[in-house]
Amino acid sequence: MAAEADVLIDDWGGGVHPYRVGHRKLGMWLFIMSDSLTFSALLITYAYVRSSNVWPTPFKFYPSIVFSSVMTLVLLSSSLTMVMAVSASAHGKKSKARTWIILTALLGATFIILHSIEWNHLMAEGLKPFQLPQEWIERWPGSTPLFGATFFGITGMHMFHVFTGCIYLFVVAARVKNLKHEDIEISGLYWHFVDLVWMFVFPMIYLLSIDPKK
Amino acid sequence: MSAFAETENHFAGSNKLFISIWIWLLLLTGFEVFLGYIHLNVVMMLVILMGASIIKAALIVAYFMHLRFERLNLVLTIVPAVVICICLLLIFFPDSFRARELRYSGPAASESR
Repeated sequence: MAAEADVLIDDWGGGVHPYRVGHRKLGMWLFIMSDSLTFSALLITYAYVRSSNVWPTPFKFYPSIVFSSVMTLVLLSSSLTMVMAVSASAHGKKSKARTWIILTALLGATFIILHSIEWNHLMAEGLKPFQLPQEWIERWPGSTPLFGATFFGITGMHMFHVFTGCIYLFVVAARVKNLKHEDIEISGLYWHFVDLVWMFVFPMIYLLSIDPKK
Repeated sequence: MSAFAETENHFAGSNKLFISIWIWLLLLTGFEVFLGYIHLNVVMMLVILMGASIIKAALIVAYFMHLRFERLNLVLTIVPAVVICICLLLIFFPDSFRARELRYSGPAASESR
């Protein structure tokens, strides 16, 4: 009975701090909830359009799959460096935390650069938001030009999140001495969320559209 | 406030744990890429990829985003709501099977998706 009461107090007791997190951190969690629904809506729309049309599967091993796999590696590693930053800050080592945060932001910038190169490859082939390259139309007759719209829309939205994340992290790094530990943790939450979204974008956009012949 | 302030800088989980989570995430990613090259049909592929991605997302949320170490209150406020909303969004998806039948199936437009 006593153990049960403890559980109630620990987990459900509520009181002044029902969640045991500050209001800013709760706010970031709420933002992440809404943003995850935005990305879900985009990915489900993509699935709908793909399922109801003839869909090209154009991604070659090189450059597309190699680039996107390396980008995944970079983003996952940036999540690890962000965790290290939060961990350092929890132990009161602010300047160490700053180094890790800057490293995270630089990995984020690397992601953006790699992704831009990858976009350039596709645009050089002739892919536009509402137009497929002629070669693809011949190879997958009747395929929908919405391929470009969903591809640039979803990866562009994600890239925009990485971009804002980089700016956010540089600001946090610059002001790290004036910030509380929880503020650094909050920037970490945002960054991990951007990584999490890519864990769905990468398989759905890239891996499901691998060119079976190349 | 004092009870809250005490736990403010509490950060569970060791660097070793985080590195092992990172390695798991890399292994799952490698598995996904490998899967792309063994030519499964698209539905099977989608199911396995989504399974692996959900595991990866759970690892990120639980350990990197630290949710496993937060109060159960917070977890139950955030996770079920998002999961249910995403399932509700999926209600539209089966309509794509109907929309596919509405397509113009002129010459050479009957290739697989």
